[in-house]
Amino acid sequence: MSYLQIKNLDVRLKGGGPILRRVSLDVTAGQVHGLVGESGAGKSMIGKAVLGTLPRALEITGGAIMLDGTDIGTLPPAERRKRIGATAALIPQDPLTALNPSKRIGPQITRRLVDILGWRRADAQARALELLDEVHIPDPTRVMRSYPHELSGGMRQRILIASAFAAEPKLIIADEPTTALDVTVQKQILRLIAEMQKRHGTALLFVTHDLGVVSKVCDSLSVLYAGKVVEDARMQRFFMSPIHAYSRALLAATPTYTDPKGSLMPVPDTVIDAVELEIAQHDVRAQA
Amino acid sequence: MRDARAEVRRPIGLRLWLSGGWLSLLALAAIFAPLIAPHDPLAQDLFLGRLPPFWEDGTEPGYVLGTDSLGRDVLSRILYGARLALIVALVAGTLTCLIGATLGLVAGYYRGWCDRIISRFVDIWMAFPPVLFAILLIAVLGPGLISIIIAIVVIDWTRFARVIRAEAMSQGAMDYVASAQVAGRTQFGTMLTEILPNVLPTIVALLTLEMGIAVIVEAILSFVNLSISTDSPTWGGMIAEGRTSVHQAWWVLVFPLITLFLTVLSFSQLGEGLKDRFDPVLR
Amino acid sequence: MTLLRTVLLRLITTLITLLGVAVIVFVVIRVVPGNPIAMMLPPGATEADILRLETQYGFDKSIPQQFVIWLGGVMQGDFGMSISTRQPVSTLVLSRLPATLELSIVALLIAVIAGGTMALLGTRFRDTKTEGLVDVTAGMALSIPDFLWGLVLILLFGVLWPIFHISGRISPSLDIDFTTNFYLFEAILRLRFDVIADLIGHMFMPAVALAIPLAAIIAQLLKQSLKETMNLDYVTLARTKGYGEGKVITSEALPNAILPTLTLVGVQFTFLIGGTVIIERLFSYEGLGNMAIDAVINRDLPLIQGIVILFALLFTLINLAVDMLYVVLNPRLRHA
Repeated sequence: MSYLQIKNLDVRLKGGGPILRRVSLDVTAGQVHGLVGESGAGKSMIGKAVLGTLPRALEITGGAIMLDGTDIGTLPPAERRKRIGATAALIPQDPLTALNPSKRIGPQITRRLVDILGWRRADAQARALELLDEVHIPDPTRVMRSYPHELSGGMRQRILIASAFAAEPKLIIADEPTTALDVTVQKQILRLIAEMQKRHGTALLFVTHDLGVVSKVCDSLSVLYAGKVVEDARMQRFFMSPIHAYSRALLAATPTYTDPKGSLMPVPDTVIDAVELEIAQHDVRAQA
Repeated sequence: MRDARAEVRRPIGLRLWLSGGWLSLLALAAIFAPLIAPHDPLAQDLFLGRLPPFWEDGTEPGYVLGTDSLGRDVLSRILYGARLALIVALVAGTLTCLIGATLGLVAGYYRGWCDRIISRFVDIWMAFPPVLFAILLIAVLGPGLISIIIAIVVIDWTRFARVIRAEAMSQGAMDYVASAQVAGRTQFGTMLTEILPNVLPTIVALLTLEMGIAVIVEAILSFVNLSISTDSPTWGGMIAEGRTSVHQAWWVLVFPLITLFLTVLSFSQLGEGLKDRFDPVLR
Repeated sequence: MTLLRTVLLRLITTLITLLGVAVIVFVVIRVVPGNPIAMMLPPGATEADILRLETQYGFDKSIPQQFVIWLGGVMQGDFGMSISTRQPVSTLVLSRLPATLELSIVALLIAVIAGGTMALLGTRFRDTKTEGLVDVTAGMALSIPDFLWGLVLILLFGVLWPIFHISGRISPSLDIDFTTNFYLFEAILRLRFDVIADLIGHMFMPAVALAIPLAAIIAQLLKQSLKETMNLDYVTLARTKGYGEGKVITSEALPNAILPTLTLVGVQFTFLIGGTVIIERLFSYEGLGNMAIDAVINRDLPLIQGIVILFALLFTLINLAVDMLYVVLNPRLRHA
């Protein structure tokens, strides 16, 4: 069962160049799909396009986004928002800025359950407590009453994870969820996301620039370069024999924990040139 | 993004032209008032009292904007009133700016006891209702042009002091100021060569704004009958008279009001426009 | 503990400010040429009469001595006697204060509602013509002071389309037997709708004139603050939760955007109250400001002094209250 299916998605700068070029990908129930690429490759924009939070300067110019079988592009805006809110959730990048500083934690988790999904307040409250417990937060009752500034970054990221799972979404998009955290906390959070995803059977789209992270949590991945998917593969196959030259170079440029210095290689210019050429050809084809 | 900027830019140019144009027109009218005014602004003629403006019935040729209850020509009085308004704007505005900006610069750059004393005075001034303070000062100093100018300077220097102090303080904390001092400049030299040029756009904007405020304060003082001698034509005086007879002769209120409105609007828009023009960050 | 210290420090500076105001008024009005006592007596009064009155009002002593005597009285709540009406200053001032307070509060409400609406509209429809319209309107409104707006309103709603009263506070024909001078508040409490309508009919134009510049400031500051907030991560996160744009603005962005606006609105509110002096004059509204101008014209020194001190007290109290409110509304400071 495919929870997220993107078909030939084109996103452009309004009156400007392309940001995403005919991107297709597929995330099925219970799977973790990695989305890898260097910064500026457009990987966050895919998540934003799915969740309907693209910057105002960008627009979707082609393709379709199927969320749990529904093409959300065909829905009227208000209904689309509600559908996205009910079936998908976001684990944001920076836990320090992703919680509203003027509100207590409790309502930030429960409000959407009550407002959008029509839960009873008490049920939402119970659900939030249960989830906070699930993400290993000590003394959930006290935390529910706290303000964000009273909690550490790691705690806040756990809360955001709990909040993302609160409505039992079909799809969760994790947008570089560990980049802003301390290295020591990163592993715990990564493990927690994987654990929660398994338990709830959610489809997870994991956006990152870190192949090391991908190798730990993902089942499959897409490699993105300059807004184009250059390789789409199962995890094992990818690490054994990446097909695309850029993927091979990217893999070579990733430090491994066994030999952190030895394998650290920059992506060679020749590879970049080759990929640029390929994309230029793609654009010519697309315009023709 | 570039397109949006360009769109914002255009009205600024228009704004500068319109406000500058009106003020130039006013300046010309003030300078040449004796030549262009159709009548003596003080000449009373009770037989010509409350003549309406030219497009209404029962007018007298030559009295384009009508006459007030004493038969004085409204247009001529507005033209002569511009003289006083502009003198007050220029002199009071400039003096207030010089005194206030200097104090603000000193307080914000030197800090320490200078700042404490100046800021304390600013606090005290902020606790006065400005209009009441101005009226009180005029009552003490007696009516007259000099009194009005003194009153404006005394009540409004804090506007400059407050803003310029804050700007000088934030500029003073910048690295380039420190490096100028390391390079061996004196404190006073640094203030003039490093801080002043950077707060100048703000000073210019505040100065034009202050000129508009000076015109308003003069009008308010004339309105409560405390400006110059009662028979010299002032916009505020005309408005005060127009206010009492508004149901019988609306034009006595409307024309000086429009003039005052456009003048104050022009001064403040000119300030905003100049600030955008001169601000190195925005430019 | 630190909060208590801050409050105490603020109270001390407030007292210094008030003392400074008192000294300045005291000195300024005693430089007045011409003898206020001589002015209030009939032309045929003898030297002895003048001298007797001067002693009664304490004008025969030196300025520092007079100040100490006056300050001693103030400490006991005695602000002296008005020269022109021969009533205690405190009675006169307190009878007029409610009128000015009501006018200022109604003006503040209008400004907050109008300015807030403009800011929300400008944010909801940002980067469109609507935002441009909000910017231009606010810019215009801010360029013109309350005095001129008052005159414009008189022409519009007093002459061109006369639906409001252009002078006074209440129609004399109206029968009111209220216990306080807070006519509007008391009328609301007593549900006297005829009185409310009449008061609003008188108060509308002066209140709107006072409110226009403040509304413009609120619109500009709040909109800027809202627009900055709209780009923050928690707002984006709220969007993914399924909330519409309007809801995101009001319930996520607004609570955080209000704080930076609040402090400035506090200062601006004192400017608004300062504006009541001339606006009350313009609309012959029987408040403190109108009385103050009469007091200056009549050279009623004790009354001028009392009114100015009361204004200063009001201003400093408002600033103090705004600072407190800031602490209460900001969760980060509340628990610190």
